[in-house]
Amino acid sequence: MDILYSIFIDPFVQMGSAPDLLVQTLWEGLVSGVLYALIALGFVLIFKASGVFNFAQGIMVVFAALTLVGLYEAGVPAILALILTIAVMFLLAVGVERLVLRPLVNQPDIILFMATFGLTYFLIGFGELVFGGNPKVMITDELYLPRGSVEFEMFGGFVSLQKIDITAAIIASVMVAALAVFFQKTRIGRALRAVADSHKAALSVGISLNQIWIIVWFTAGIVALATGIMWGARSEVSFALQIIALKALPVLILGGFTSVPGAIVGGLIIGVGEKLGEFYWGPLVGSGIESWLAYVIALGFLLFRPQGLFGERIIERI
Amino acid sequence: MFYREAGQFKTNYAADMAVFPILQDKIGIAIILALALVVIPLVGNAFFLSVVMIPFLVFALASIGLNLLTGYTGLLSLGTAGFMGVGAFACYKLTTIFPEVNIIVWIFASGLFSAAVGVFFGLPSLRIKGFYLAVATLAAQFFLQWCFIRIPWLYNYNVSGAIEVPTRTLFGIPVTGPNASPEMRYYVVLGLVILLTWIASNLVHGRIGRSWMAVRDMDIAAELMGIKLLPTKLLAFAVSSFYCGVAGALMVFLWYGGAEPEVFSINQSFLILFMVIIGGLGSLIGSFFGAALIYILPIVLRGAPSLVGLDIGAATVEHLTFMIVGALIIVFLIVEPHGLARLWQTGKQKLRVWPFPY
Amino acid sequence: MRAPDMNAGVAAGDVLLAVENVSLRFGGVKAITDVSFDIRKGEIRAIIGPNGAGKTSMLNVINGFYHPQEGRITFKGKTRSRMRPHEAARQGIARTFQNVALFKGMTTLDNIMAGRTLKMKRGFFWQMLRHGPALAEEIEHRRVVEEIIDFLEIEAIRKVPVGRLPYGLQKRVELGRALAMEPDLLLLDEPMAGMNLEEKEDMCRFILDVNSQFGTTIALIEHDMGVVMDLSDRVVVLEYGRKIADGVPDEVKKNQAVIDAYLGVPH
Repeated sequence: MDILYSIFIDPFVQMGSAPDLLVQTLWEGLVSGVLYALIALGFVLIFKASGVFNFAQGIMVVFAALTLVGLYEAGVPAILALILTIAVMFLLAVGVERLVLRPLVNQPDIILFMATFGLTYFLIGFGELVFGGNPKVMITDELYLPRGSVEFEMFGGFVSLQKIDITAAIIASVMVAALAVFFQKTRIGRALRAVADSHKAALSVGISLNQIWIIVWFTAGIVALATGIMWGARSEVSFALQIIALKALPVLILGGFTSVPGAIVGGLIIGVGEKLGEFYWGPLVGSGIESWLAYVIALGFLLFRPQGLFGERIIERI
Repeated sequence: MFYREAGQFKTNYAADMAVFPILQDKIGIAIILALALVVIPLVGNAFFLSVVMIPFLVFALASIGLNLLTGYTGLLSLGTAGFMGVGAFACYKLTTIFPEVNIIVWIFASGLFSAAVGVFFGLPSLRIKGFYLAVATLAAQFFLQWCFIRIPWLYNYNVSGAIEVPTRTLFGIPVTGPNASPEMRYYVVLGLVILLTWIASNLVHGRIGRSWMAVRDMDIAAELMGIKLLPTKLLAFAVSSFYCGVAGALMVFLWYGGAEPEVFSINQSFLILFMVIIGGLGSLIGSFFGAALIYILPIVLRGAPSLVGLDIGAATVEHLTFMIVGALIIVFLIVEPHGLARLWQTGKQKLRVWPFPY
Repeated sequence: MRAPDMNAGVAAGDVLLAVENVSLRFGGVKAITDVSFDIRKGEIRAIIGPNGAGKTSMLNVINGFYHPQEGRITFKGKTRSRMRPHEAARQGIARTFQNVALFKGMTTLDNIMAGRTLKMKRGFFWQMLRHGPALAEEIEHRRVVEEIIDFLEIEAIRKVPVGRLPYGLQKRVELGRALAMEPDLLLLDEPMAGMNLEEKEDMCRFILDVNSQFGTTIALIEHDMGVVMDLSDRVVVLEYGRKIADGVPDEVKKNQAVIDAYLGVPH
């Protein structure tokens, strides 16, 4: 009985008795959710336009942030470093298209998936070789990002919001809005959606696959850079981020692999669910459940809606 | 010229259905077995046996396990290391609770534990396919690893949080623990790997293997032919996890001699997935090739600079190794997406007509 | 190959399968509306109709892949409500597919052997050893499969992975796989689609031979009217998910509704 009480009743009693803590936890969850969502967004972009499940998105985040900080440490002014990093991400996109995607066109999904594994390994080695394996500090001030926190009085307690988190949320929303417009309203956006549906059909109406792939990987690179800056500002720039990036997978499951709004909503759900779970239920089993809770949430969700949050019901045809 | 099947007529179906229907293949496999059983232990030193051969065999076994699931049944799994961990920790608990029972028995029993856990995490495969299933297995991976860290009972409340392998004997000779000789450990691993490979080969060549492949290639058609999807997939999960569990137990008991939960991290799962893909999905011999390439290549790469007299720091070599392995994976996928096993087949085909072009 | 079990409770000429008032919807889309027809033991029954008429959906309903919202299906005297595809297979319904659904990574031999799965009984233990009873069973079924291979004249491609075969041969292997199940009712979904004349003639010959040699009841969907009229004993015509005609080929050919459906009506 006690166990049932501590699982089903007690956490909610706690939430009710200290609403300020609840709000704080929710906020923390939303913030990490935004970052998951940003990584998931990178996945979705590439998956939509090339059908490639890009395992390397996580390492691209690390790589982008490392390049930025590394350049700054090498004496390049912050803004110039930012521009150079964008250029590096463009080169990466071109390189991936030339050396990985083009030779592997028309191969099964799993082969392309594996190729991005290879890319991950390569980028880990390359990043460590050039910038060293030690964690670095993000150049927050130099990029004119705000620091410190805002405190609200709420429910008889204090809720503190980091300014950088607020900035992250704003940047994320702007980026998503821009991408939505890009996808829906522009000529390239239409081409992207066409490629996503069928490579062959897109080729047959004169869309250049190679060009589209470069654009998409470059866009994903920019998203990765933004994610890297935000994440780096919160903690530090290190390769440990790569494992955290795997959290984008349950996010994708919730939101569906091809839906931009899905990635955002999924990210927020996972972020909040994870923080609430860790804070209120974690102590029951010895904490640390953050490492797997996201996957279990996604799994439970899948059992009821195998097509994801925004996916349409699949009718199998034969 | 020497590798020809001309003149070898099969007069009954049993001969035609043999795993190695061609005489030259039979001779080849006999030579490999002789090498593994006699020549390598005689020639190889302790370092070669315990640093190269034993790990290679352990990885090969784990790759076969994952290959049965991913290559033969088409279910992508990223939880291999978790299932290996279940085997290792189960074996540790069993042998510390019942020290008098033979360790070989417990190695198999720990495989059964792993199989049970595998079946449990395989249940979602009824409704989930492809990458979605990969996430389900990620849940297994992270959950199991968390258990290895957070449940002290599993490692007998050791302060270090790691397990240490006690000495266990077979016919009075120590096979595990600090006193076991590399030769003895090598023979035990080799024996188990040969046995389990033979069983895997039997399974995939019979009704069960055909059902697995049918589910992989066209699950709807398979079901319309009377193959029940869930039991077939769960059986694949069970057998695969059994192999991984045994591999995990071997890894800790006969290779490392002790282990921290870190050993069974997600990176280990990825490594074994590489082996399977590079070796060749749906090929048992490919699992051996893949394990050899992915495991032995970094060893060679690490040793290479000092061999040619270059003085590069250890960290740099490590980073270069990552880069080279990553690049090689991509190159391999481009050159031969079906893995080393397909190269092997193409090579045999060439040999068949050699010295003529066709 | 042995003839299918004749004591299945249905004698030749009796109704083997009865479809009564079946309706199938996907959300708001009506795929099949209130269709009834029957298939008699030993006959070749054709299902025809324009594209999107619900023919393939009908086959999917018959072998349990889709579950109709309304209606009943009686097979071999047993009425069922919801049934999984593997149960349909167990009761003796086999089929081929419009877009070949072979196991692409397996050889011709393995594909047809896979069709024998239901008939193989040896459990995991013997499969593990692949000696003794398991091997004996394997050999016994191999013999049956070889007969099918002889019958379909595909000896030469026995050990070729089916993914490498040309389309016409794939269709033939698929027929072989269905035959290996020794079905009471064989559903063929456009068995001649995309074939050239010669391949079509071969396929017609195989279908007629299966029907006459083994007494297998056949239901087929086909667009080639010449083939349909020549092969089938009775024809049912669907349009927009409704049945518009049912009868022997000559009757159906003259039916005004059928002519309208195929040639269009002036509005």
